[in-house]
Amino acid sequence: MANPEILSDGVWAALERSMTSRTTSRNVSRRKFLRFCSAMTAALALPLSYTTQVVEALEQTRRPALVWLEFQDCAGNSEAALRASHPGFAEIVLDLLSWNYHETVMAPSGKAAEKSLADTLKDEKGKYIAIVEGSIPMANNGIYCTIGGRTALDLAKEVCSNAYATIAIGTCATFGGLPAAEGGITGAVGVGDAIPGLRLLNLSGCPANGANLAATIVHWLTFKELPATDSLKRPLFAHGDRIHDLCPRRPHYDAGQFVRAWGDEGHRLGWCLYQMGCKGPNANYNCPQVQFNDATGWPIGVGHGCVGCASPKFWDTMTPFYRALPSVPGFGAESTADAFGTGAVAVVAGLTAAHAVGSIIRNQGAKSNGQPKAKKTIEPNQTPARPTEE
Amino acid sequence: MTRIAIDPITRIEGHLRIEVEVQGGVVTDAWSSGTMFRGIELILRNRDPRDAWLFAQRICGVCTTVHALASVRAVENALKITIPENARLIRDLMAGTQLVQDHVIHFYHLHALDWVDVTLALKADPEKTSTLAQSISAWPKSSRTYFKGVQDKLKTFVDSGQLGIFANGYWGHPAYKLPPEANLLAVAHYLEALDFQREFIRIHAVLGGKNPHPQSYLVGGMATALNPNHTATINAEKLGLITKLLKQGADFVSQVYVPDVLAIASFYKDWAAQGTGLGNYMAYGDYASDNQGKPETYFFPRGLILGRDLTKVQDVDHQQIAEYVTHSWYNYGAGDATGLHPWNGETKPNYTGPQPPFELLGDGAKYSWLKAPRYQDNAVEVGPLARVLIAYAKDKPGVKPVVDGILKQLGVDATALFSTLGRVGARAIETQLMINELPKWLGQLEENMGRGDLKIHENSLWEPSSWPKEAQGWGSVEAPRGSLAHWVHIKDGKIENYQAVVPSTWNAGPRDAKGQRGAYEQALIGTPVANPEQPVEILRTIHSFDPCLACAVHVVDPKGREYANIRVV
Repeated sequence: MANPEILSDGVWAALERSMTSRTTSRNVSRRKFLRFCSAMTAALALPLSYTTQVVEALEQTRRPALVWLEFQDCAGNSEAALRASHPGFAEIVLDLLSWNYHETVMAPSGKAAEKSLADTLKDEKGKYIAIVEGSIPMANNGIYCTIGGRTALDLAKEVCSNAYATIAIGTCATFGGLPAAEGGITGAVGVGDAIPGLRLLNLSGCPANGANLAATIVHWLTFKELPATDSLKRPLFAHGDRIHDLCPRRPHYDAGQFVRAWGDEGHRLGWCLYQMGCKGPNANYNCPQVQFNDATGWPIGVGHGCVGCASPKFWDTMTPFYRALPSVPGFGAESTADAFGTGAVAVVAGLTAAHAVGSIIRNQGAKSNGQPKAKKTIEPNQTPARPTEE
Repeated sequence: MTRIAIDPITRIEGHLRIEVEVQGGVVTDAWSSGTMFRGIELILRNRDPRDAWLFAQRICGVCTTVHALASVRAVENALKITIPENARLIRDLMAGTQLVQDHVIHFYHLHALDWVDVTLALKADPEKTSTLAQSISAWPKSSRTYFKGVQDKLKTFVDSGQLGIFANGYWGHPAYKLPPEANLLAVAHYLEALDFQREFIRIHAVLGGKNPHPQSYLVGGMATALNPNHTATINAEKLGLITKLLKQGADFVSQVYVPDVLAIASFYKDWAAQGTGLGNYMAYGDYASDNQGKPETYFFPRGLILGRDLTKVQDVDHQQIAEYVTHSWYNYGAGDATGLHPWNGETKPNYTGPQPPFELLGDGAKYSWLKAPRYQDNAVEVGPLARVLIAYAKDKPGVKPVVDGILKQLGVDATALFSTLGRVGARAIETQLMINELPKWLGQLEENMGRGDLKIHENSLWEPSSWPKEAQGWGSVEAPRGSLAHWVHIKDGKIENYQAVVPSTWNAGPRDAKGQRGAYEQALIGTPVANPEQPVEILRTIHSFDPCLACAVHVVDPKGREYANIRVV
């Protein structure tokens, strides 16, 4: 390979000028990249004037950039990302993407970290993916979350509005989550509510499954677009079906075989957890199929009910967690289970579906909030009312 | 004199801001500020106490599980529920697994880049790295070919010009002392540890359904169904998987993590005199070997050491804890110089910091969302170093020989423990102790199952109708980052009040009424800063505590309601 050092400073300057349409940055990494390109040009036995084309061709193979912001979060989604296995976190961060900003794992702090963010915004404007973890506090001028002296909202607006797309990860970032539950005072909201109009994907869950994050990234890289979503902007591949419909314990539900006390015989035989408060009939998530931690297990599989953690306002609408969803006529009988279990039968204004009944009762008879009635998009009512059936 | 703000402090959990004054190349004063809160305790009010653990667990997703455990223990303490032995064993297996995994992640992914210059790994001779690796460990991935492969991968990455999370690191800083071959070794193990943490924590998915935020806790026990003769429960196949993962964990800890810590420490012995800090250490203790949770049976003993005096370990009495808000963004009714017991506290927010965007926090009168907890008015440090020192000073069987052996290997005496390096070493020591212990607890669980004891939950007090009209209790955990406790007050079957004092509040909290600095602040005094633009030395000491700020900042009652009196039961 030819030695790029043969290039005179004048050639370098011209080369860099020619690149300014793509980036105005002249930092070391950019220079190294150009040097690499000129070496490539020489190696391909092309005239030096072809270097510009090589740069452009190679830039198309540059790894897409990503920045990950954390606001009112517990870093559970960052940890979930570390648990992704196909591809794994190392492959995602080192081979597939250019993971330019993520406070939990990045090397620089303070001003040097801010530079990593600023460089990305400048060099990759309109091309990078922004991931947001944690809710955004809107109350009191945003003082409930500041980073580098700036509010979460200020940062999110700048970063997300200059991104190709934004992925809200975890139920705090998608729908406000725990800080937005009743009793919270920080004015916490999800990204979509804080900054309307973004190209947004809601990768919900508490935390989101790392496998679903990996799948979203692969989807984007493979199909050059974000996955299709439900009405809550959640990917259909992860939220297209109800847990209840995919649950391996479903035959026990249909047969009326229920756990009635923790550790009882039914519990030791893997029976249905509906009576113990399982919210599987009320939740759309792919946990039964994908499971967690490299398909090692999932909550219902281990013997605890679902809490509906990917649903808006689940801290208010799904609680008390150990109260069984309200019963409906014929509940538990095999002959009628399908009628409200699979949604195959027309849902009459949400009144016959177990999940909808649950929502309505939990919200003291509040009227439907107008969410689509299609099976794939039925979700708990978003009204932030606290359960009152104590 | 230069005042520097470092915000965000990265490679931690949460939002931490450090401001320091630097004079003549050393830190002369420091301020630690938590800059985010959520108000989880407020959200917990009026809810079913059996639900509380799911909420409290979300205090932190890094030390996931420990807040769930503190929560169920607090409620069980209030309701006087004794959990079955199997539930205790499953909980301890999960907490111990968490501790091991968390410490490994901390060392490689949160702390190592303060000691390891990734770019220097490119200059290493893979042959020399191989020789180094084989001289410190029997870990099989140690050939020249292996390290050459890692180096080639790194070179491809660097040549791409897209450095991602490694961009703008403090590479080339004179504080980096490792030779190239050690840097390459560390980079290889950084990558291996990414695989390890993912694999090892599958134990949580077996016992808890998932990680982060396992979902199998119950007030009164666990929901982890046991049945050796069923496919959907903990059976021999699942026990076999846990056994295998524990074995892999033991191999990784003893052949990779611990040797790496010792090897890297040997190049940084000067850091055994840095970050010395408060010299006061506290641990509630944890991992009882009886179901009543008696402190005298703790695997991690309880105790308090003041003034680095290892000859005297005092007992810990929760009633001696008081929290100050003198320098926190709150007011107290009786004046901000007052210290209040956590069960008798009040929290009235009073944000007096600068309006964002801001460059510096200002005069420092109030500068954090963290309160300042004190024990008998002493600022104390909690965490692995406190636990190891207390076990060492109490001569807990099995601890002293390990600690002395490591001190001897490094050629330092016990005073070296009171330092930044001491915190790093103590974390590795207790990881080794824990990974040795975990198979024993699994063995006890297997033995119980073999005898037909499948009980995992105490049902008699599950229904709120069986509870007293009013009850209060507390639950403590030795979390990876240190001593954690939750307090709960239950009234009419609901949570009347909920309070948590967590490890990073002890360590990262601000000054108190007397102006005594918190643990981070004190540890930073005297830290050299070669280049204020690249404060890698400050990060070393801060990271040695393994900060977790989401845990620390969550206590707020903006309406100024007083917490009801809670008597610690």
